[in-house]
Amino acid sequence: MQECGLVATDIACRRGDRLLFRGLSFDLSGGEVVHLAGPNGIGKSSLIRILAGLLRPFMGTVERQGGLALSDERLALDGHEPLENALAFWQRIDRAPQGNADFGLADLLDVPVRYLSTGQRKRAALARVAASGAPIWLLDEPLNGLDTHWSCIAQAAIKAHCNAGGAVIIASHQPLSLEAVKVIELLDFQP
Amino acid sequence: MIAKLIPIFFRDLVLLTRGAQGRGGAVLPLLFFLAVAMLFPFAVGPDARLLARTGAGVIWVAALLAAILPLDRLVEPDVEAGMFDQWALRGIAEEALLLVRILAHWLSFGVPLMLAAPISAGLLGLDGQQLWTVEVGLLLGTPGLAAIGVTIAALTAGLRAGSALGGLLAIPLAVPLLIFGAGSLQPGGEGGLLLLGACSLVALAVAPFAGGAAIRAGRE
Repeated sequence: MQECGLVATDIACRRGDRLLFRGLSFDLSGGEVVHLAGPNGIGKSSLIRILAGLLRPFMGTVERQGGLALSDERLALDGHEPLENALAFWQRIDRAPQGNADFGLADLLDVPVRYLSTGQRKRAALARVAASGAPIWLLDEPLNGLDTHWSCIAQAAIKAHCNAGGAVIIASHQPLSLEAVKVIELLDFQP
Repeated sequence: MIAKLIPIFFRDLVLLTRGAQGRGGAVLPLLFFLAVAMLFPFAVGPDARLLARTGAGVIWVAALLAAILPLDRLVEPDVEAGMFDQWALRGIAEEALLLVRILAHWLSFGVPLMLAAPISAGLLGLDGQQLWTVEVGLLLGTPGLAAIGVTIAALTAGLRAGSALGGLLAIPLAVPLLIFGAGSLQPGGEGGLLLLGACSLVALAVAPFAGGAAIRAGRE
C-alpha cells in the first residue's frame, strides 16, 4: 500500500455562530487508527468533513499524503441501481485491485440499493470504501445500524486495513473493540 | 482525470436520458415541446399564413420552456446522495463534472428537440427554409440552454423552493437566446444565428465555473 499520513494542526471548527472545538492537533500515519469520540453535536462529523477537505476549518490546517475514502451518512450509491452496478460504478472510477474484505453482500448484489436495510446500506458503504483502494479511510459512525456479528467483522476489516499499512479515522459515539486505538475526546477541545 | 470522467459521463447520460430517481428523463421535455406545437394551431385557428409567421417563435418558446422542466433534478439528487463529495475526494474538479453534465444534458434534451423540430414545423406550417433555420438555430442555441440549465440547477441544489426558483432564474438568462433564435427567422435575420452562437458560447464558458463555485459553496 502506498505511503500515507495525515497531520492536522490547531484545527478550529465553527458552525453558524457556535465554535464547536478549537486547538485540535493530531497526526496519523500508516497502520494507525484514530477514534474521534464525543457526544452528539460535538462536531465529529464536521471534523471528518474538514479532514476530507470538504469543509474549510475556521482555523488551522490539514496536510495529507495519500488518497482518501469516506463513508458518512450519505451513501453515494444510486438508489435505483442493483447494488452490484452501484458499486461497479465506483470501481470503474477507482480502478483499484479487488480487496478481500467481505461484508456479506454477495446475496444482495441484485437488490436495488433503495431496498437495502440500514445495516445493509452501512455494509455497502464500507464495501465501497474498502474497494476504493485509498490508504486513508474516514469513517463517520461506521458501526451504526450494524448488528453484533457485522460490527465485529467491520472492525476486523478496519484492523486488516491497518495491518496492510493503511490508516483509519473513525468518528463514533460508541466504544470500539479495536486494540491500539488513539482516542481523541472532542470534549477536551471545547472552547 | 479524463479516464475517471468517462464512466461519470455515461452515468449522467443514462440517468438523464432514461430517467430515474425522480428524474423525468428525455421524454418529458420532448412531449412538452410537441404538445405546445400541437396545441398552438388549435388556439389561434388554422390560418396557414398566421401560423407560418408566428410558428417559429412558438417553437423557440416551447424549446425554452421544455429546457426548464428537468431543472430541479439535474444536479440536486447527486448533491443529496453525496456523489459530488465522493468525486471531490477523488480529486475530480467540480468544473469538469459540470462540463460533463452539460454535455450529457444537451444530448438528452437538445438533440431530441432537434429531432422533433420537423414534426413541430409541420404542425405549425413552416416551410423547408424556415425549418432549416430553426434546426441550425436549435443546434447553436440548445447548448447555451443546457449550460444555463445546469448552472441554475447547481445554484439551487439544496434550496427548499429550488424547483420554482430555478425556473424563475433561468428565464431571464435565456431571454437573449430566445430573442436571437426567434429573430433569426425574420426576413433578413440571418445575423441572429451568429449572435445566438455567441450567446451559447458565453453561457458555456461561464457555466462550469459558476456551477462549480455554487456546489463548493453549498458544502459550507
